[in-house]
Amino acid sequence: MNVSIIDQLKKKKILSLLKDGQRVDGRAFDEPRPLVVDTGVIPKAEGSARIRLGDTEVVTGVKIQPDKPFPDLGDRGIFICTAEILPLADPNAEPGPPNEDVIELARVVDRGIRESSMIDLTKLVLQKDKSVVGLFVDNSVTDYDGNLFDACSYASVASIMSCKIPKWEMVNDVPTLVDGQVSDPPITTIPVSVTMGKIGDYVIVDPNADEWSCMDARITITTNSNGNICAIQKGGDDGFTLEQLLKCSQISIATGAKIREILKKVSGS
Amino acid sequence: MGVKKSDIVLLDDKGLRCDGRKIDQPRRIMIKAGVLKNANGSAYIEFGENKILAGVFGPRDVHPKHLANTDRGILRCRYHMQPFSVSERKNPAPSRREIEISKVIKEALEPAVMLENFPRTVVDIFIEILQADGGSRCAALDAAAVALADAGIPMRDMVSACAAGKVADTIVLDINNEEDQEGQADMPVAYMPNLEKITLIQLDGVLTPQEYEKCVNTAISGCKLVYEIQKKALRDKFFGDESQ
Repeated sequence: MNVSIIDQLKKKKILSLLKDGQRVDGRAFDEPRPLVVDTGVIPKAEGSARIRLGDTEVVTGVKIQPDKPFPDLGDRGIFICTAEILPLADPNAEPGPPNEDVIELARVVDRGIRESSMIDLTKLVLQKDKSVVGLFVDNSVTDYDGNLFDACSYASVASIMSCKIPKWEMVNDVPTLVDGQVSDPPITTIPVSVTMGKIGDYVIVDPNADEWSCMDARITITTNSNGNICAIQKGGDDGFTLEQLLKCSQISIATGAKIREILKKVSGS
Repeated sequence: MGVKKSDIVLLDDKGLRCDGRKIDQPRRIMIKAGVLKNANGSAYIEFGENKILAGVFGPRDVHPKHLANTDRGILRCRYHMQPFSVSERKNPAPSRREIEISKVIKEALEPAVMLENFPRTVVDIFIEILQADGGSRCAALDAAAVALADAGIPMRDMVSACAAGKVADTIVLDINNEEDQEGQADMPVAYMPNLEKITLIQLDGVLTPQEYEKCVNTAISGCKLVYEIQKKALRDKFFGDESQ
């Protein structure tokens, strides 16, 4: 990405603040922005959430419908997670096919949830190899202030936790909706992603847009309810030392545990 | 991708893996530098069953021009799989997976390339997967780094990549395709061996904090093995193959 002159000046200021142990918005290095989660905001979706992470805002909906399973995974339901930065979210966002940043965003959010086995997909089979239940989680970024990885991840997790799965029965090999019967999703763990930015040699949690525009590298680490690590993605044009990587994993476990408590509360489970 | 669940034994009672390797043993790795005539730098790698070509062009003029950067050069990378590289034909159009891998490879190489020496230019890296096996992104990165060096582009360090993972509750080096499908975790890592910096790390699968630390260390040890093979490839190209 092209770095503008403004970003270079910003970086100087941000770096000099970090040297004094301060961040632009006054947070501690390992302090995420306040997370506000509302679920059930889109009643027509089977599950939904609107979350705010600082001034980053994401609306996420889960649509649930019967589908054919993947040919090699006939005994599993389908989980697909997408992300889009809406043009109204950011002056730099453009409508059209997703660019590589957005593709990475969607894949990292998807990976965190998939690799944690948050949803027990084996419980979503209607008829083996024929018909399964599909969960389609679509994240829409409505306002941008950095760190979309975590914002979309929290919104996806909250909307999945709050969703209700309709009931289908196989009638003549066709999945048929059974009216009025819904069940809770088969959730095994709550994955929480924590993204850290590296500016100079300082590692900061949950970078806002100013920090995001001038960081040298970033890493997203997703942990599950047992405090184990289930997905990692490094990005950006610099590297991490082994020591920094190990420190990042500790930060993500500790910060993730706090955020998991917030996610648990709002979904009432 | 497309592999049926099977009953293969990932780790037998002698501590050998499904392809007969020990837990800390990488697959066979062969790298040859300077294999293409037109590219400014190139490399061919065989990493297990992976067969990959990498070609580097540049520094050269940027097209489209608006992408040019006034204070440094830019790096572009395309990781692309041939339709015949996998068991079931792959659509030749770039998939979302390929776009993501292109991006992480670019970001893994960028810290090593001294782009500040070449403002307003681009270095293009083209990677073609002729045959894919597990760990193709690491193998692709290894070839791309050698191709960059072969092109004579100033670099701070080599970039060497190797994966580690968890198979049958054990941390092992260099995951192959079967272990990727059936195993518990896969962690590709790229490393600058002299600057001791990790420039790519991804993880699919669950690891405890202790396993995570061991897995990163195992992957780094694999990167160091790869580094020796990369150096040999460049030595063979520029000073003649001493083994022949």
